[in-house]
Amino acid sequence: MEKTDKKEYILSLLVNNRPDVLARIAGTLGGKGYNIDSLCVDVTMNPDISKVILTTKATKIMIGRVINALNKLVDVVKVENLSDVEAIKREMILIRMNLMKETKPELMKIIDMLNCKILTFNTDHCVLQFTGGREDVDKVLAALKPLGIDDIARTGAAALERKY
Amino acid sequence: MKLKGTQILLQILKEEKVDTIFGYPGGSVIDIYDELYRSDIKHILVRHEQGAVHAADGYARASGKVGVALVTSGPGATNTVTGIATAHSDSIPIVVFTGQVPTTLIGNDAFQESDITGITRPCTKHNFLVRNIEDLAPTIKEAFQIARTGRPGPVLVDLPKNVMASTTEYDPSTIVIKSGEPLHKASTKKYLQAMELLREASNPVVLIGGGVLLGKATEELRTFIEKTRIPVTSTLMGLSGFPGTHPLWLGMLGMHGTYYANMAISHCDLLITMGARFSDRVTGKIETFADKAKIIHIDVDPSSINKNVVVDLPIVSDIKAALQQINHLLAELRFNLNETERQAWLDQIDAWKKEVPLTYCQDGQIIKPQYVVEKLFELTRGKAIITTEVGQNQMWAAQFYRYDNPHTFISSGGLGTMGYGFPAAIGVQCAFPDALVVDIAGDGSIQMNIQEMATAVQYNLPVKIVLLNNNYLGMVRQWQEMFYEKRYSHTEMMVTPDFVKVAEAYGFVGLRATRPEEVEPMLKKGLFMPKPVLMEFQVAREECVYPMVRPGGSICEMTLGTREMIN
Repeated sequence: MEKTDKKEYILSLLVNNRPDVLARIAGTLGGKGYNIDSLCVDVTMNPDISKVILTTKATKIMIGRVINALNKLVDVVKVENLSDVEAIKREMILIRMNLMKETKPELMKIIDMLNCKILTFNTDHCVLQFTGGREDVDKVLAALKPLGIDDIARTGAAALERKY
Repeated sequence: MKLKGTQILLQILKEEKVDTIFGYPGGSVIDIYDELYRSDIKHILVRHEQGAVHAADGYARASGKVGVALVTSGPGATNTVTGIATAHSDSIPIVVFTGQVPTTLIGNDAFQESDITGITRPCTKHNFLVRNIEDLAPTIKEAFQIARTGRPGPVLVDLPKNVMASTTEYDPSTIVIKSGEPLHKASTKKYLQAMELLREASNPVVLIGGGVLLGKATEELRTFIEKTRIPVTSTLMGLSGFPGTHPLWLGMLGMHGTYYANMAISHCDLLITMGARFSDRVTGKIETFADKAKIIHIDVDPSSINKNVVVDLPIVSDIKAALQQINHLLAELRFNLNETERQAWLDQIDAWKKEVPLTYCQDGQIIKPQYVVEKLFELTRGKAIITTEVGQNQMWAAQFYRYDNPHTFISSGGLGTMGYGFPAAIGVQCAFPDALVVDIAGDGSIQMNIQEMATAVQYNLPVKIVLLNNNYLGMVRQWQEMFYEKRYSHTEMMVTPDFVKVAEAYGFVGLRATRPEEVEPMLKKGLFMPKPVLMEFQVAREECVYPMVRPGGSICEMTLGTREMIN
């Protein structure tokens, strides 16, 4: 029953910008048997504080326990459950395409249609950038796949409360 | 004032009012030891680093102060891990200083290098690697602060040799440390709800855990109980939090709890839990635990709430503050006890007490281990500070000694560390040189840190060891008897040393009893000698700890030994 109740939660943590903090967070989740599905970390406007945004799948009771455990870490300043509020979530993907004469027109059409940004372009390869929600990123990937993807790099989700 | 790292360390230890350090020197801490040579802080040289941490832990549990251990890098540091994990499980405030290779060598697999902050990350409350001399003073201050505030716990500070050898300006007035954990305070509304539940309840029970002792709330608890006349049970860690000879005392609950404590929990309509975390050894089968009761859970740590048992009214607060508030409300709202209703509940509990008292049978020519513990209680009139090892000895110590004064039962509850009790007793004796400190041990556990006998002798610490020798790893043997059809796989200690000779070799007084009539005279002789004494009792080999709840069973279904299963 617990398993079927699992849903994805997105947590936003403010943490002291000290060595080892990420290991402590990862250890806390891992030690309790949770997987971090996506992770996004960088320093905030205050250079002493970093922001960690992570997603994990859990039940409602379990996510409460995870938040409590994270709050216990000395270097964690604040934990926000962005699933409780309306938050904007964005991921970025970089895609390197193999260029072939016959697929190029179709590729240009898709790039234009899906709003991808071209970062580099030469005779054999091009690197594209796309930013959007998780589903949008998946959609772009699906559309480009038949045209010859060489490699990709995806970021974890960044998220911010919308606030009205 | 310009000071070396080693001088700053000792300076801050003094500011933190540390009077005793338990430690073991080595290459990476030789400069700290050189500074200690000139210091008036007392250093206890243990014989194994695990012993140092257990001793610091015992010192902390008995005194309420932060215990301190100092060891070298590499194996010195890794040897502390069991001690640190023990303190972590039971939320004991200690600070462990480990030497480290110079920062220039960290990560190079240098001689006696280990990533001790990495190793201890999950078993410390927090840990630090001090990379710069400027960070040293604030880090040490913060370590003590973290160890003692909120839910206490162990903190490790890793000190690279070159950092300790370098010099910096030291001015205590300029050290800024982050304040410790904020004191959680619950709203008045919560307490009013608690009052309401208290008023509605006919059959309430109070369950205390180690948090009542750590939060120094035993006086407030007693006031509350005497006003409300609610019977009190306790986890292993809560023992000595409420007087063991008090008429409202139910004894310990759980796997080896008393029949009447477990029955009271199973039949109560209100369970007020304070500073306990509902461990599996306490609750048994979780679905049937206190299933007729509303549960109030007061705990300083929000992460303990709803972790194992979902409760009706959580109150996140320091226990002392919570009890003060509750006692205040009881007076203000003129709480009136329904005397007849309460008496009926207490009568019911008395009936359970008569039905299945905590007992054993001392007959024949073989010493029963319970008899030894009971005699120990009688002869010390409950005034000794008892430490225990882990296993049957620990359970009998919990059942048959009655703890009237706070912080007089000292045992590894959460982690269950064999070899804890004896070094812990050394730490307790350092905190209270005039107290009678007794380690209740088994023949398995005592051999895990037996080398610390030399420590006790070197510092004239008159600790007493009451060794219940059955030549078995008794608790595992008991499980094998009960659940594995007596297949005693590797639990028989085919060879044990002559403990009396071992004791004498170390400079202890060694005594041995083999017959019941020798027990009392030998305890009388051994307990009150102003020297370290080991008293070995050769006890009934296959005695079991009863009552017993099967692992995963309901706590109201107990195996009572010679009697039938009670349901």
